[in-house]
Amino acid sequence: MVYFSKWKVSIILGIVVLGLAFAAPNLLDRKSADELPGWLPHEQVNLGLDLQGGSHLLLEVKASVVVRERLESLVDGVRIALRKDRIRYTGLGLRGKTVTFMVRKSSELEKARKLAQGIEDNLEILAEGNRVTVNFTQRALVEIEKSAVDQSIEIVRRRIDETGTREPTIQRQGRDRILVQVPGLDNPERLKRLLGKTAKMSFHLLDHKGSMSEAMQGRIPPGTMLLPSVEGGNQAQRYLVRKRVAVGGDRLIDSQPSFDSRTGEPIVNFRFDTLGGKKFGDVTKKNVNRPFAIVLDGKVISAPVIREPILGGSGQISGNFTISGAQDLALLLRAGALPAPLTILEERSVGPGLGADSIAAGKIASIIGLILVVVFMVITYGIFGVFADIALLVNMVLILGGLSLLQATLTLPGIAGIVLTIGMAVDANVLVFERIREEVRAGRTPISAIDAGYSRAITTIIDANLTTLIAALILFYFGSGPVRGFAVTLSIGIITSMFTAIMLTRLCVVAWIRNRRGTEVPI
Amino acid sequence: MKPLNLIPIKPSLDFAGKRIIFFGFSILLVLASIALFVARDLNYGIDFQGGILIEVRVDKAGKLGEMRQQLSNLGLGEVALQEFGAPTDILIRIQKQEGGEKAQQAAIDKVKKELGPGVEYRRTEFVGPKVSEELFRDGVLAVVLAIVGILIYIWFRFEWQFGVGAVIALCHDVLTTIGIFALTGIEFNLSTVAAILTIAGYSINDTVVVYDRVRENLRKYKTLSLFELLNNSINETLSRTVMTSVTTLLALLSLYILGGEVIRGFSFAMIWGVVIGTYSSVCLAVPLLLYLNVNRGTGRTKSDGEVAQEASS
Repeated sequence: MVYFSKWKVSIILGIVVLGLAFAAPNLLDRKSADELPGWLPHEQVNLGLDLQGGSHLLLEVKASVVVRERLESLVDGVRIALRKDRIRYTGLGLRGKTVTFMVRKSSELEKARKLAQGIEDNLEILAEGNRVTVNFTQRALVEIEKSAVDQSIEIVRRRIDETGTREPTIQRQGRDRILVQVPGLDNPERLKRLLGKTAKMSFHLLDHKGSMSEAMQGRIPPGTMLLPSVEGGNQAQRYLVRKRVAVGGDRLIDSQPSFDSRTGEPIVNFRFDTLGGKKFGDVTKKNVNRPFAIVLDGKVISAPVIREPILGGSGQISGNFTISGAQDLALLLRAGALPAPLTILEERSVGPGLGADSIAAGKIASIIGLILVVVFMVITYGIFGVFADIALLVNMVLILGGLSLLQATLTLPGIAGIVLTIGMAVDANVLVFERIREEVRAGRTPISAIDAGYSRAITTIIDANLTTLIAALILFYFGSGPVRGFAVTLSIGIITSMFTAIMLTRLCVVAWIRNRRGTEVPI
Repeated sequence: MKPLNLIPIKPSLDFAGKRIIFFGFSILLVLASIALFVARDLNYGIDFQGGILIEVRVDKAGKLGEMRQQLSNLGLGEVALQEFGAPTDILIRIQKQEGGEKAQQAAIDKVKKELGPGVEYRRTEFVGPKVSEELFRDGVLAVVLAIVGILIYIWFRFEWQFGVGAVIALCHDVLTTIGIFALTGIEFNLSTVAAILTIAGYSINDTVVVYDRVRENLRKYKTLSLFELLNNSINETLSRTVMTSVTTLLALLSLYILGGEVIRGFSFAMIWGVVIGTYSSVCLAVPLLLYLNVNRGTGRTKSDGEVAQEASS
């Protein structure tokens, strides 16, 4: 036990050197760390959002909206198919997640069933008596939901990228959630505003035949809808808009904020792709001197009158924008529409000031805690205390190195975990030293006391540390964000402290005792 | 320099003999904790209750009253303001708003508009009802699972009697920690749950060390009465128990005093946990073994290796 083979010594020292190498980049600033030669580790510890400042948003995709849309278009599909084949039907509509209708003649039931089957794959069709019910298969529903979430993630990513923020993290969480983490953001409100809009834009013609006053009383002509203007809240002006989309926003390929050359007001310039441009040209050619509406998320942004055909495929929107309003709208149109609205379920935003303060406070607390423990150990165990302290310092280096190597995230509770480790890491050494004291008292020679001290304490050390590790791992599994950071540093700290206490201190003790063979153990 | 011995060379304190006092004290403590929990409930943070928390820094001290006036007129229900660490830092807590997630965002907007651009927003947190329910469920689940996991481990490594003793001590620690939070009204949030789990780990750590010694002595001294054996085991490991508690407390005190306001509740829970965990290991977990019918037969297979090792040394 008092003997260390050469290879064992090299492995122990090797681990220490590796730890130093992985920890070292943290002493440099980010730029010089990146410039280190390629064969050296140059990763730094990842700081959590609570330390570097930034926003954490948990979003939920309302996928049910997409399912509803698909069902509505299925109703349309059924109607078109039945009319085309002149099958007479009644009561076509949606009931929950089911499309149902009745055929007039029961002899046509089979024909209707076949027709419905042909509309789309993934349909389950039931025909009984005169009634036909059409459902999406369970698999299709899951698929619709999944693709809605995937698409949302893509749009969220584009919108955040467009704001020019660095290194956002965007992940799917669970079935219908998206976790967005944006470090170093100074204006979380803008981000939330940008993500809070579906940004579905479409161009419609205004209905010029229907009577506005009748529509206001609820008699809305078929094929039209009554939409409020964006401004004005409850007293917003209303427009009677044709349901039919003249050109959809999905045909846009670019949009930029700009200023009107005459009035100097902020506007948004947009450009359609070829097909969209052609459609827009056709519509405007046929409807000169009639008003059309630009509709965003069910509200009319503006309703200008078409003065002349717009054939170039590009145009502008002027709708009493502020400068930032125009910028945001242009960004949203560039990034595309979300398939379904997003709800913010959770937000944690930390300003850069608080993050920096937390780092500073954490540093001071760690250093003072370290000094207190180091001094206390020397006072209690003399030279052996110095060995334990060496192990403790190496332990700190190894934790830092481990965090950098694993690219784990250091959070404020994570720093607390490190401070806690400072206090608990010496425990293994304390166990050994107290055991040695006992053995010396029992009359053993120094070497045999040290030997017995280590061999007897080791099972205790492992038992004691494994139980704490269990708690830490469970915390890691269930914890989120900052708390998870605590579990990480605690777990790494437990493992490194077992290594340093069992291996490194023992190496020190053995080396020391070789030089002073025979003298009594000063413990 | 002569090393210092914190504990007299060979203490012979009668822990097992005073067990009735300890048990009585602990039962009282646990009952009081449960009563406090039922009567006052915990001061749940937004993590578990949902709601909004905003920390702002203003340019000069003494704006608390003015700000309270401003925010109370917004019709957001209960709005609590307090100084947070420094006179210029103010913590605003707003109760969960009626009307789902959207309403919460609207409330944040309202507050930010009302306070204007003159303040620095250091922190904005909002937890919706869905997430707060999940966090609460996960928190409870984590604590229960940790206790079960530790129990299973102890069961494997020791005999079941030890597992029972350890878990009783563990539940005592967790319950009294909840009690102290009910008593002081310190915010109970996610990091408190983290603290409780760590306390569980720490307390078990302490218990395991003494249990290990009990097991060792059970093999060594076949004729010694269990009563004396337990007392000896506690006394033999007492200096280690005290040493480790002191170093851990030193580090935690440094964190409590210097670590900043955000982490203060967490460090408080940990400090309490170290004290109560140390107490429960020594004064509850070990004396409890007297009632648990500890097996004193010839050791289990595991001990054989260690016996052989002892013979060779």
